[in-house]
Amino acid sequence: MARPSATALAGETLTLAHTPSREAVAVTRPPSSGTQALLRGWSDAALAAEVARAIPPRSVVNLGIGLPTQVAQYLDPAASIMIHSENGLLGVEGRPTEATLSPTRINAGKESVDVRPGAAYFDSALSFAMIRGGHVNLAILGGMQVDVQGSLANWSVPGRKLTGMGGAMDLVTGARAVWVMMRHADRSGASKLLERCTLPLTGAGVVARIITELGWFRPTGTHFEVISLAPGVTLSDVGDPALFRTDRVFENASRATQRADEP
Amino acid sequence: MAVEHEAAEAPGGSRGQPVEGHGAPSGSGPFLKVFEGAAQALADLHSGAVVMSGGFGLCGIPECSIAELLRRGVRDLTLISNNIGNRGKGLAQLLKSGQVRHAICSYVGGNPDLEAQFFAGELTLELVPQGTFAERIRAGGAGIRAFYTPTGVGTVAAEGKEVRAFDRPCLLETGLRADFALVKAQRGDAYGNLWFKESARNFSPLMATAATVTIAEVEELVPLGALPAEDIHCPGIFVQRIYQGSHYENAIEYPILRSP
Repeated sequence: MARPSATALAGETLTLAHTPSREAVAVTRPPSSGTQALLRGWSDAALAAEVARAIPPRSVVNLGIGLPTQVAQYLDPAASIMIHSENGLLGVEGRPTEATLSPTRINAGKESVDVRPGAAYFDSALSFAMIRGGHVNLAILGGMQVDVQGSLANWSVPGRKLTGMGGAMDLVTGARAVWVMMRHADRSGASKLLERCTLPLTGAGVVARIITELGWFRPTGTHFEVISLAPGVTLSDVGDPALFRTDRVFENASRATQRADEP
Repeated sequence: MAVEHEAAEAPGGSRGQPVEGHGAPSGSGPFLKVFEGAAQALADLHSGAVVMSGGFGLCGIPECSIAELLRRGVRDLTLISNNIGNRGKGLAQLLKSGQVRHAICSYVGGNPDLEAQFFAGELTLELVPQGTFAERIRAGGAGIRAFYTPTGVGTVAAEGKEVRAFDRPCLLETGLRADFALVKAQRGDAYGNLWFKESARNFSPLMATAATVTIAEVEELVPLGALPAEDIHCPGIFVQRIYQGSHYENAIEYPILRSP
């Protein structure tokens, strides 16, 4: 059983990711992080909107802590996407008002949330049966490092930082497709897309897609295929040409920008 | 909902046989499970005990039982809980007071006390992927000694574990049990049936099955029959002691409201 539906979902997404919509450029919401505005490519908000648009309708999606959580607010309600939160909630939607704020209604990031009609609460064993049993279509996780093999590291920097894997190892093993959504570089400016991860792995060979503020990438086993680039970003911006190749998708980065600008 | 005040009686098993035998404290009510408060319910929780505690971050934590552990000062505890507290609260108080020797959990983020004590070598830590953590507790409570799962293959979580290939390589993971499980529910009755509010359920019903003695605290102790039988999240067979807590803080780590 080689997780056949992973390809199906990834295929569908590939199509969507190929045609960045006009909105990707037109989004004018202020970025949630002040520093992000200075960087090339999508703002945090535009990035979250871009990811939200790429999720196939009626998917069950688990959104990781941090950047991926922001995707929720850009989902089209008509797409009927169910957000799974591993603390025991399926059907997260929006935020509460002061009147409806409840300490027992939180997401896995321990943030207050609201639920949509059709939502359900359950215990942790059932929650992880959804993940480990292959019932969750897509997991979108944050990352510290991803490599060309599709391996992900996002839970520990030995001797310096210990986050713990939480549900991430279960998600990358059990969800039918795994996307990593993160900044392209770490705080020191070093690329987080590498030939080989150096940090302890969350999972080996599990990542189908990576999206950063610079564009969409696919680990091929030998390099990263550049699927599309954010408006204004060129191929030389994303990193070592030996590691990032456009392959069959398009010839040069300007074409990606043109596509994004098309009405 | 009405509270069954008559259930609260003098502690120490003054009537009937102790539920557990061996001098374990006994409560009141038709099933001898109802205790006056945390002090009576946790009277025999000793230093060196292995203790499970429900809760995800601070959501659904047994606040009164944790406060009692802090007050009693029992030491060398092994704590099994998803986060071991968060932001200095919940079980993190027992870290700060130096009462924890070993912790089994899945997530450290948001718990600077745990991260610092681990790096300082003040406690030992076993990190378990959250789904494996839940399943190990479920298995422990269901009499399943071990199971195979692909989660963690190719990572440090696989170190020292048997790997066996089914459709893909899998790790052998063992069931987890504890001496005591401390859980909190919104409502419970004298048999120990529990009903949890919203996402506060998390690990609590699983932990209740996996401990020798499960101690439940509830915000509302309701009369037998008040909880619809088809809506019970944790049947009372898994709960040995129950008491009504008070002064719940019910903190939210990150209260985020809808933009106007």
